Amino acid sequence: MENFNLALVDWSRAQFALTALYHWIFVPLTLGTSFIIAIMETIYVKTGNEIWKKITKFWMTLFGINFAIGVATGIILEFEFGTNWSNYSWFVGDIFGAPLAIEGIMAFFMESTFIAIMFFGWDKVSKKFHLAATWLTAIGSNLSALWILTANAWMQNPVGMHFNPDTARNEMVNFWDVLFSPTAVNKFLHTITSAYTYSALFVIGVSAWFLIKNRNVILAKRSMVVASTFGLLASLFMLITGDESARQVFRTQPMKLAAMEGLYRGESNAPLVAFGLFRDEPTPQNPKAKEWILDIKIPNMLSYLAALDPNAFIPGVHDLVHGNKEHGIESYYDRIKRGKIAIKALADYKAAKKEGDDDKAYESLKLFKANYKDFGYGYYDDPHDLIPNVPLTFYSFHTMVGLGVLFILVFLLSMYYSVKDKITAKKWLLWVALLSIPLGFLAQEAGWMVAEFGRQPWVVQDYMPTLTAVSNINTTSVIITFWLFAVTFTVLLIAEVKIMLNQIKNFNEDDGGH
Amino acid sequence: MQIFNLAKKIFLFYYEGFKNMTVGKRLWVIILVKLFFMFAILKLFFFPDFLKTNFSTDKQRSDYVIEQMTSPVINNK
Repeated sequence: MENFNLALVDWSRAQFALTALYHWIFVPLTLGTSFIIAIMETIYVKTGNEIWKKITKFWMTLFGINFAIGVATGIILEFEFGTNWSNYSWFVGDIFGAPLAIEGIMAFFMESTFIAIMFFGWDKVSKKFHLAATWLTAIGSNLSALWILTANAWMQNPVGMHFNPDTARNEMVNFWDVLFSPTAVNKFLHTITSAYTYSALFVIGVSAWFLIKNRNVILAKRSMVVASTFGLLASLFMLITGDESARQVFRTQPMKLAAMEGLYRGESNAPLVAFGLFRDEPTPQNPKAKEWILDIKIPNMLSYLAALDPNAFIPGVHDLVHGNKEHGIESYYDRIKRGKIAIKALADYKAAKKEGDDDKAYESLKLFKANYKDFGYGYYDDPHDLIPNVPLTFYSFHTMVGLGVLFILVFLLSMYYSVKDKITAKKWLLWVALLSIPLGFLAQEAGWMVAEFGRQPWVVQDYMPTLTAVSNINTTSVIITFWLFAVTFTVLLIAEVKIMLNQIKNFNEDDGGH
Repeated sequence: MQIFNLAKKIFLFYYEGFKNMTVGKRLWVIILVKLFFMFAILKLFFFPDFLKTNFSTDKQRSDYVIEQMTSPVINNK
């Protein structure tokens, strides 16, 4: 630890987090609104009713603004991989290479081709061909997300690879293991359904604003029916995938689950914290400290949700750090020892290869392989450095879940009152729907905070801690690019919001648009 | 000849599409400024590929990363 420049690590993390945060403003809206538009256009093609064409075109314009401003913001993340995270990029190179290459090709060919037909082809291709292009744009953008989310899932649960000690790279052994690992499947499904939920909130929020202002009433009401139905289905599916994701976290990242639930001491029949306010963290010096100022717990629920057994033992932070023989949990102390053996064995192997000492190289490699699963732990001396920020992970998780439940209610009520044609009389619901747009964004970011803060200190679970992933570069240059990026993208975001608000304000369904 | 006609059609499809866009020029200015800033300034001056810039072969890059992994010392500048 003393060998690392933690300021460099922190600034590199801050820069990556800021870039990802901005990128994720645009991406979820693209993923979800593309499907909502496709549904609206399908209704237009099926019914031939021109109002649905106007509705489709209105949302397509907002989709276009979001897509255009957001396009290529993800590229900056790739710049950062090469500059700030070169050790990491090298280490994971072969695993990331295939999914990202597929993403690039797919994004370029599918999205650029079909988006052009979607926007420019209204009077130039047949209705059905145009509709097909709209659906393919939606499918293409979602497939693009599949690859980058697969890469992220691999970092949380590295499978289907083999570490090559000669090249210091992970090599893919089985592409399908990487693509279809339960973590990847759940991450993809949970992330896209949360993006659909956010997009549906965006559509019903803007529609609610029209209804509050008593403008574009037909467009607003019909959009609300489509978006609330789509949103309700998406949010229910999000609930199911979230539930399965938590089980995956329990299996592969138990420390993250302990942080998500603020569970310091493991328990059988573990309750789920429905609501909680932290007081003190129990420490070795103060082991009997009470964790909560206030808490509402559902008995046995955490055990059931995590292990499908209401009596199951769920390890807490202390069980993972100190080990728990009764439940077969190794301590971080032991894993640190084995990690140090693995790191030394790798160094010895390289030295022996250089000296041409084959016997020593063989023995070192054998020792390295036997201890490789704990490799990353070897960078630490104090196991407490391997604990993520528990309150931050806990509050992020509970914010995400709480808002997710609220959104289901918003969709349910919006759909009910829209179908009954009573939505305009429910002013309070319209305001809740409008305010749900920023809350949807908050829930999205909270979800990513759980995923990314909760897995710290790992950049690749158990193998590569964040502090060894950074490039040996000057901290000042990272600080400069952080602020350069922050200023530029804040200006771009303001511009996007202004253009979008202008489009919304100036739209009039009676004169055919703008 | 057929390929030429197809290429012409595709070009005109995009050209007319962009020309007739209703969202406005401001959006395109923003997009172009952003792309210029990202590729001509950020990538060129601020985000060089660390391993490609500092090492010429994959062998050197591998050796460097292994050295970083086995005896990590990060500068404190």
